Amino acid sequence: MTGMAPHRMLTGREVLRVVWLPGSDLLEGTCHCGATQVAEGPIEVWEWLLAHPVGHTAQSMTEAAR
Amino acid sequence: MSSIPRDQWYVAAYGREIGQEPFGRTVCGEPILFWRTRAGTVTAMSDRCVHRRFPLSQAPSRVVDDQVVCGYHGFTYGADGGCVAVPGQTRVPRTARLTSYPAMEQDSFVWVWIGDPAKADAASIPRAPWLVSPEYTTVSGMEPLKARFGLLVDNLLDLSHETYLHGGYIGTPEVASTPITTEVDEQAGIVYVSRHMDDAECPPFYAKSTGLTGRIMRWQDIEYTPPCLYKLHSRIAPPGVLPNGDGSDPDAFHVEVVYAITPETEHTTHDFWAVARDFALDDQGVSDFLAEQNRTVVLQDVAALDVLEQVIATEPPGYQELSINIDTGGLAARRMLARQSTGGRV
Repeated sequence: MTGMAPHRMLTGREVLRVVWLPGSDLLEGTCHCGATQVAEGPIEVWEWLLAHPVGHTAQSMTEAAR
Repeated sequence: MSSIPRDQWYVAAYGREIGQEPFGRTVCGEPILFWRTRAGTVTAMSDRCVHRRFPLSQAPSRVVDDQVVCGYHGFTYGADGGCVAVPGQTRVPRTARLTSYPAMEQDSFVWVWIGDPAKADAASIPRAPWLVSPEYTTVSGMEPLKARFGLLVDNLLDLSHETYLHGGYIGTPEVASTPITTEVDEQAGIVYVSRHMDDAECPPFYAKSTGLTGRIMRWQDIEYTPPCLYKLHSRIAPPGVLPNGDGSDPDAFHVEVVYAITPETEHTTHDFWAVARDFALDDQGVSDFLAEQNRTVVLQDVAALDVLEQVIATEPPGYQELSINIDTGGLAARRMLARQSTGGRV
């Protein structure tokens, strides 16, 4: 019925992404830093995503890499 | 505590609604008077005379030579809101001035800034260029909603409700059963929800307008910029037909469904809707069909949300909800709105 999850759609530096994993009831959250977390519902996945970026905005990640 | 974000642009009207007659509309609880100068510029100012609060949009108030004359005692105001004449005396009190609002006409809408005028930046108004593009044909309207604007945001961010509330119009089983992908850009202020149905039933809304029959590819990509502008990029194509690598997509039908979600009060909303298509541009029959169909769909939402408002308004505080996967985008939108309504303090 459906194909693969769409490619990344927004182009900003700090985009948070949640994919409903095909064939499951699970949601996979991806932080802008690349870290991922699978959750069983939207409240859990947003709680993780919104807590995770603290201290590593795209700017601070760039600075840390220097 | 209001749930309505301030220091934001809101759609107050279609440009076609504003002429050289007084036009009143309440936006975010503020009664605002609009009229168009002879040079064509839309003005926005308080819809209450400073004298005895008579609505300046109310007959026999009228616009004469780029000035609005109160229909009660004749207080007269210029396009900047300043009072230029009062009855029976030559001295105009210094405080006789209507609050004026930054306003901007863009993409067929009249936008008004609600909040501190010093913070208004017209460049930040989100765009909906299809509504005035010669490559698209647009039908549009506005329906009053007796429900808080957040309920319409919930509604539009989760289109799985189409299957149930709008069956026979735009809803088919695949909408509710197809997983979504959600993205949020906090800095840019965008919530994006994508649902790509690659083998779906074609609902009447698209079958009769595109001529496609049988199974279709149906992609729904929502782009919401809280608080006001909502865009649904809808792509309809025969099965297996994909966009080209360069982004061109000549064998698909594209419909841009645009909503402007404007609070009238804490518990009522202006539900602006527009449907722009890149096919059958000169076919009035298609325009009439899409206008009638979309208005019907909007009114189905209005009926449901009016009832829901009554339910919620009469429930004790702290009622419980249950959110599931289909609410991923709606929850993100709620959070962004909550941040906006508290000035970022969430």
